[in-house]
Amino acid sequence: MVTYSPIVTDDDLVFKALADPTRRILLDLLFQRDGRTLKDLESGLEMTRFGVMKHLKILEDAGLVVTRRSGREKLHFLNPVPIRMIHDRWIDKYREREVSALIALKAELEEKDRS
Amino acid sequence: MTDKTKVVQVYKIVIKASAQAIWDAITKPEWTDRYAYGGRASYELKAGGKYHHAASAEMKSFGLPDLIIVGEVIESDPPRKLVQTWHPQFSAEMIAEPPSRLTYEIFESPSGVCTVVMTHDVTDAPLVAGMVPGNNNPVESGGGGWPWVLSDLKTLLETGKRM
Repeated sequence: MVTYSPIVTDDDLVFKALADPTRRILLDLLFQRDGRTLKDLESGLEMTRFGVMKHLKILEDAGLVVTRRSGREKLHFLNPVPIRMIHDRWIDKYREREVSALIALKAELEEKDRS
Repeated sequence: MTDKTKVVQVYKIVIKASAQAIWDAITKPEWTDRYAYGGRASYELKAGGKYHHAASAEMKSFGLPDLIIVGEVIESDPPRKLVQTWHPQFSAEMIAEPPSRLTYEIFESPSGVCTVVMTHDVTDAPLVAGMVPGNNNPVESGGGGWPWVLSDLKTLLETGKRM
């Protein structure tokens, strides 16, 4: 039987937030240009305003998005710190060099596929 | 309307330490020397006070100047809020950019956990804007940027050790 720990850590929230394609698109949109309004982000997605809000809330709870008020607008910023921490905790630990070797291998195989 | 020319970056981290400990780690040289890139910071903690960050021996060996970052304190409200200008002296091109503006806000919760929000206004300073978010190679190329600095600060304050 598999049991799950009832303790939800910051890492869990980040992984959960990243495990959704729409939320990853939202992060990519903020990576391209930071400090965007909901309306602005909404226009990059085929989704209702409510749906986008829900996804932004999950990203904010995980600390991946930080909001600031600017006059009457609420601006959304990408916070890269949790991703850095996941990187340090998980990628460094399992030897970055081997991972990058695998990424290079994947690129090479995909290149062959195309030709 | 959003002012398109205003460029702001926001960094946030939760640290299990007192606001005073975090404030000290940001403003006191014996602390700044112990995490991230190291080097001793010097703050005159009052409006108009001088700020600089001195290069470590290692940084000097890479040919960096004695004072790698200079600036001025705009607002000091220990241990909650620090506003300052931040002007890196890494190259002639960077010196030619206007000073950027850095705001640290430390919010303490009753459970003894603090949220640190750092807002970096890099308006009209594209070189600084491109440098401070960091890249994936903090150790080899010195490019960890603020995410690495804050992550290492958290590790130091929570465990007493470097990352």
